[in-house]
Amino acid sequence: MILRRPLVFRSGAERLPGVLLLGAAVALALFLVLPLLALLVGSVRDDDGAFSLLRFVEFAATPGMATAAWNTLWVAALVTVITVPLAFLYAYAIQRACLPLRGLWRLIGLSALLGPSLVGAIAFIQWFGTQGVLKAWLGGASVYGPVGIVMATVYAAFPHALMILVVALATADGRLYEAADALGASRWRRFRTVTLPAAKYGLISAALVVFAYSVSEFGIPKVIGGNFPVLAVEVYVQVVGQHNFGRGAIVALLLLLPVLFAFAIDTWVQRRQQASLTARAVPYQPRPDRRRDLPLLLYCLLLATAMFCVLGMAMYTSLVRFWPYNLELTFDHYIYGLAEAGVLAAWQNSLKIAALTALFGTPLVFLTAWLLERTPARPAALGTAVRAMAALPMGVPGLVLGIGYILFFNSPDNPLNGLYHTLTIMVVATVVHFYTPCHLTAVTALKSLDREFEAVSASLKVSRFVTLWRVTLPVCLPAVLEIARYLFINAMTTVSALVFLYSSETLPAAVAILNLDEAGELGPAAAMATLIVLTSALISLVYSLLTHLLLRRHQAWRHFQR
Amino acid sequence: MAHLDIRQLSKRYGQFVALDHIELAVDEGEFLVLLGPSGCGKTTLLRAIAGLEMQDEGEIVHAGRDISRLPPGQRDYGIVFQSYALFPNLSVADNVAYGLNSSRNERRLAKQRVEEMLELVGLPGTQAKYPAQLSGGQQQRIALARALATAPDLLLLDEPLSALDAIERVRLRGEIRALQTRLGVTTIMVTHDQEEALAMADRIVVMQQGRIQQIGEPRDIYRQPGNDFVADFIGRGNLLTAERVGPHHARSGDLLLRTAAELPAGATARFYVRPEDIRLHDTLDQGENTFYGHVLKCEFLGPYSLVTLRAHTADGRPLVAQFSSNYLCGREIRPGAMLRLGIPAEHLQPLPEAA
Repeated sequence: MILRRPLVFRSGAERLPGVLLLGAAVALALFLVLPLLALLVGSVRDDDGAFSLLRFVEFAATPGMATAAWNTLWVAALVTVITVPLAFLYAYAIQRACLPLRGLWRLIGLSALLGPSLVGAIAFIQWFGTQGVLKAWLGGASVYGPVGIVMATVYAAFPHALMILVVALATADGRLYEAADALGASRWRRFRTVTLPAAKYGLISAALVVFAYSVSEFGIPKVIGGNFPVLAVEVYVQVVGQHNFGRGAIVALLLLLPVLFAFAIDTWVQRRQQASLTARAVPYQPRPDRRRDLPLLLYCLLLATAMFCVLGMAMYTSLVRFWPYNLELTFDHYIYGLAEAGVLAAWQNSLKIAALTALFGTPLVFLTAWLLERTPARPAALGTAVRAMAALPMGVPGLVLGIGYILFFNSPDNPLNGLYHTLTIMVVATVVHFYTPCHLTAVTALKSLDREFEAVSASLKVSRFVTLWRVTLPVCLPAVLEIARYLFINAMTTVSALVFLYSSETLPAAVAILNLDEAGELGPAAAMATLIVLTSALISLVYSLLTHLLLRRHQAWRHFQR
Repeated sequence: MAHLDIRQLSKRYGQFVALDHIELAVDEGEFLVLLGPSGCGKTTLLRAIAGLEMQDEGEIVHAGRDISRLPPGQRDYGIVFQSYALFPNLSVADNVAYGLNSSRNERRLAKQRVEEMLELVGLPGTQAKYPAQLSGGQQQRIALARALATAPDLLLLDEPLSALDAIERVRLRGEIRALQTRLGVTTIMVTHDQEEALAMADRIVVMQQGRIQQIGEPRDIYRQPGNDFVADFIGRGNLLTAERVGPHHARSGDLLLRTAAELPAGATARFYVRPEDIRLHDTLDQGENTFYGHVLKCEFLGPYSLVTLRAHTADGRPLVAQFSSNYLCGREIRPGAMLRLGIPAEHLQPLPEAA
């Protein structure tokens, strides 16, 4: 039976949320879906624009491509196998042991996020390269190649896995541990039957994120990979080096597949994870236990030292005249290598991009999430479409997005062609690239609010927009600030999408490192990396202070929350 | 015409029928309770009246105005939710004043109104506090004050007491009812708690599977359930099947029962007997409607005892009787004992044939 569609009279203000959501859908379609489609279409067209699968045939026949694909896969697998256990134990130490200075360990564990992925590559060259002090540790193997790639990628991917696992281990049902103890389970059995199963989804998620990260990372193999061919670098060589967009599109597609696949699995796995923690659960509180805490403390100390040595080496490199022969401390790399050489503008560009990304990205992300979560009465398909598009960027490597942008916006037929090479398109690409985690943060915050706030406002004849301003936004302020910080720092450190989009005037800092390294200027490259790290650290500090002050001064009500 | 008139209201979610042609008329100043198990459609009906759900068919007319298709903001009601939905970042005063005009010259009036409302719900002087500083019952009162501050013509309460502990619930239900009587505001409350419904309502609407099963005053609903579902859902009871042997007589096994009500024509009659309507007689009492029962189980519950008995009824199903402690006067009932029981003729209400 077909039911009569409800005919609802709506005033302009009632219709506004639907219109706004449509706007968000159009923006996401334009700046995410269409560029990806352009990539797909570009791969099945020959040079004259006719449909052809010739490029795939040609690609398959290209010598070395199969090797590159195989290398990409096994390196990613190896990186995953090393990173996830390392991060799991570290997260376990932070969450489930009684360590002194827990906050510090966590901070150091996440420190790699402050800089571009190239920091690790530069530091490992200095430590283990031709002139490296620890060269002997590699026992004759060269760091320029898979060894260096794996080390640097593990370093760069570690905090991404750590973030997920810290959350996965943050909540546990203390009653299960008490039950295990009461039943006389051994320490190992308790770990195997209680701790591991509870963290299972976090582990799978972390593994997939690390795998995807490694597959799509190209700055690291570019800098430290030597002649070791991987797909990500192949894309860069084809597109930037040889201007072969069609070939680039094929390789990008090849990159997109495993990553999309990984995130599809992750989405599916996450959906199955429900109600692992019920409302009756009692939070687990670890008690001091020397036999467990001491080894874990040593482990944290070891890893933190290693991470500190990586970051420290990159900074040190920027301050010494010529590693390792002339260790005189100097600001020459900053003064002559960056400022005098005119490369410092890149840092300013990045600041601009990061500030604009945070400034426009945060309201866009939050408002879209709000429209999705807190406004009713729109075509349900529109909501589903926006949700899907908001989840998509997580599965799209920046590299792939960047090529999509070239193919889409650089096309002379596109009316938006004028955006190409501008700062605007770089900001847009960055917002889109990092959209999903921000979206999830906003959705989680919005979902935690009482379902009926809008209904109550409506009954009191108060517009939902007033309620957004007076209630929703203040309550979600911590999430909003977190989104802004996340966007800023990632915009500051990202290479992958922007490397295809910049012009000589809009060169961003992280890409400048790549170019400096290519020119053999490791000192100035390290100096630029240091500048980025310091900027990110400063912003994080400002963020912490701001959150602290803002919440204390204007949100007194939070102190009473239970 | 009724103050709030609901005509042929229907709502489906896919295959699930939430509301099935609901017809309901609410009088001005009435306290109406929608009662039923979860998923019976009571909340959907309330949300449809509030404009939070849009019905597929049917009309809602409030005070002579067709509001069927109006958005919530253009209807005239105040609402209190189970979760209270108080704004955590606003003080009590700001919460209560949320729907009041906040323009500069109205501000003094708003302040006065907040004071008045807090006085009304018995929480004067709490203006500066935040919701998290209040107990559940206090939060509920603030939610009520906020809903009533704009002097709405209709008050909607969505399971307002279910998040409270038992003692607070009983206290607050009395207060809400007293407040409603004082203000005379037409009120519709949703609950799944029959005791709450019986205690508070002018009239109860019992719902099941999207349909209204019975509408009536609490006493009638309890005394004369319209069908098996209502009988079962409200209170405990014993279903007694019997053969009609006369206009006022029926036989169930060895029991010959006289009924005050005239039995409808037909071979079988079904009676719904409340546990407290079973009387205890002297062992040798041979009065009408008396019979022997064999005690299977006796549960002492403080103010009363629940006794499970077996009598020679038609289907031999055990009967449950409830004896209040003062009725028993300290007499002890043990399993295995034989009791002389009786059911007064006026308490044998014939149930309509099961659907």
